[in-house]
Amino acid sequence: MTLRVLIAKVGLDGHDRGVNVITRLLRDAGMEVIYTGLFQTPEAVARTAIDEDVDLVGLSILSGAHLTLAPLVLQSLRDQGCFVPVVVGGIIPESDVTALLQSGIAAIFGSGTSLDHIVSTLEELQVSIDP
Amino acid sequence: MEHHGERSQWLEAYQKSPAALSRATTQSGVAIEAVYGSEDGEYPGLFPYSRGIHPAMYRSRLWTMRMFAGFGTAPETNQRFHEIIAAGGTGISTAYDMPTLLGIDSDDPRALGEVGRCGVAIDTLDDVADLYDGIDLSAITTSMTINAPAAVIFAMFVANAENHGIARSQLGGTLQNDILKEYQAQHEYVFPPRPSLRLVRDTMVFASREMPHWHPLSISGYHIREAGSTAAQEVAFTLANGFAYVELARRAGLAVDHFAPQLSFFFNAHIDFFEEVAKYRCARRLWATWMRDHYGALDERSWQLRFHAQTAGVSLTAQQPDNNHARTAIEALAAVMGGAQSLHTNSFDEAWTLPSADAARVALRTQQVIAYETNVSQVADPLGGSWFVESLTDQLGHDASQLLEEIREMGEGSMLEGCLIAIDNGWFEGHIADAAYAHERAVQRGERIIVGVNAFLDATPAPAPVNQVNAEGESLQRERLARVRQARSDDQVRATLSELTSDATDPNTNLMPALMNAVQARASVGEIMSSLADVFGRHQVAPR
Repeated sequence: MTLRVLIAKVGLDGHDRGVNVITRLLRDAGMEVIYTGLFQTPEAVARTAIDEDVDLVGLSILSGAHLTLAPLVLQSLRDQGCFVPVVVGGIIPESDVTALLQSGIAAIFGSGTSLDHIVSTLEELQVSIDP
Repeated sequence: MEHHGERSQWLEAYQKSPAALSRATTQSGVAIEAVYGSEDGEYPGLFPYSRGIHPAMYRSRLWTMRMFAGFGTAPETNQRFHEIIAAGGTGISTAYDMPTLLGIDSDDPRALGEVGRCGVAIDTLDDVADLYDGIDLSAITTSMTINAPAAVIFAMFVANAENHGIARSQLGGTLQNDILKEYQAQHEYVFPPRPSLRLVRDTMVFASREMPHWHPLSISGYHIREAGSTAAQEVAFTLANGFAYVELARRAGLAVDHFAPQLSFFFNAHIDFFEEVAKYRCARRLWATWMRDHYGALDERSWQLRFHAQTAGVSLTAQQPDNNHARTAIEALAAVMGGAQSLHTNSFDEAWTLPSADAARVALRTQQVIAYETNVSQVADPLGGSWFVESLTDQLGHDASQLLEEIREMGEGSMLEGCLIAIDNGWFEGHIADAAYAHERAVQRGERIIVGVNAFLDATPAPAPVNQVNAEGESLQRERLARVRQARSDDQVRATLSELTSDATDPNTNLMPALMNAVQARASVGEIMSSLADVFGRHQVAPR
């Protein structure tokens, strides 16, 4: 089954080089990718994830506000009854990686991560929740 | 290629320059001339300035070592400015946090988690006073990297200087204020393009009338390149924006030679060394040629493209961060060999964090090593005449010219209209995204090597450099803002904001006087920007 992914930018961070590139690379890898555009609220991301019936949400964050924003998105999704995995891409210091994983983020992809690794991780996440 | 410069003409100009009596030798005592070239070739200081805008380049005056800094609250950033100046920095440059860049106050719920994180938080005039406390603004030039709220921050800067007894006419420095590239690359916009351009116009008119030493615009290719463009796209899109601002100022009734000498540019210094040197050379040549031939500029200062450079943030790797010292040094050398007027060197830790004080000091020292130990500053355009660099200069100039013509055709002869159309239909963003994608594919396939990322990996990853931004900064800034709101006169704030919105409804009124009044009344950046948004609206973009 084709993996359906929502890629989102939350908060005030306008850096979109990474998000534009990853959107295209995941499409190349055969996934259906929906991109929210910039400056989304956590609630709007959760609504889009539900409306679009995605299998997974990917957040792209470069501003350093990941510890504030990623858990808010997760919370919004769960509040609206959506339990798909949420992954984060960006530059995340090792100490924050642990905190994010503990808060329920399913995987974190730092800069320079190979596409193969991202694709296989996303596929495994889908299998694990959708047997 | 048409050549106007000749050695005899250059010599005449050189003899009038402050460097005329300078003597230089290599480390081993061999005499070095100020420039090398053939009798009838191009020369620095002469049209079309491919080889530099001054006849003696750095022998007359070294580039300004302008370090970009900003984090937490204004007093914290002020301390960093003092450290930079004490370490021999010759200019300062302010980085603002995301809420400030988007015209949002620190106590706005949308600012949560972002206050003071990527730069300094500025809400009111009192923050600006703390930011420059103890710095002689009549002696050092100041640069402000701000765009959508540029006019507001500019008003605060001028008001603060005047409150400290420094006349606006004495102030020297640069306001980035390049809103067009925000829609194309950086995405820190607030209002739609046309009302945003009205604010740019108002700051240009204000500076051209009252602040002769000020650069009201720094037309920026840096962010276009960081977003993924090629070198030729960086030159073309930046110059297109520059010509758009020239048309904007002319529409406002300014004569081209009255304002063009106050324009400045800001380019990336990326890792492909020779291409970068060629890029600066071709940008100068194109600007001079177009300003003379298309915009009728007669003053040679209008032809001269002055630029600040910053090493490429995007070239820094999170993996093996110590390698970034080498990257920054090579990129800084390219900027110097390419004739930059001012330079910021990134710190090795910036893939992970805002730079620590120690890392920022080493970045500044890198410039000092280039300036004082290597001798490259003694010869203008040392790579001029290289078959490779001359050919690259011509090729990049050719590619950039084609893009410029394409944009002008979209605007049916107007670069300003062409830029607005190409923003509206996503043409710029499409080109940039295509180039970024091609680059990433090459990295993923191993066709492009990045040391420590897809080759030469270490068995044990190096620890990430840490520079913890004060966690209480956000609440501290909210308290600072609350104190200002408490102490000011609300009636005065309301009155000045209502004057501002009333002025904003008349497109022919210059908004700078009303902005000066509002900031003096301690109206906040967020209040001023949302008052203006009531008149101007907000820019909305659907994802493509």
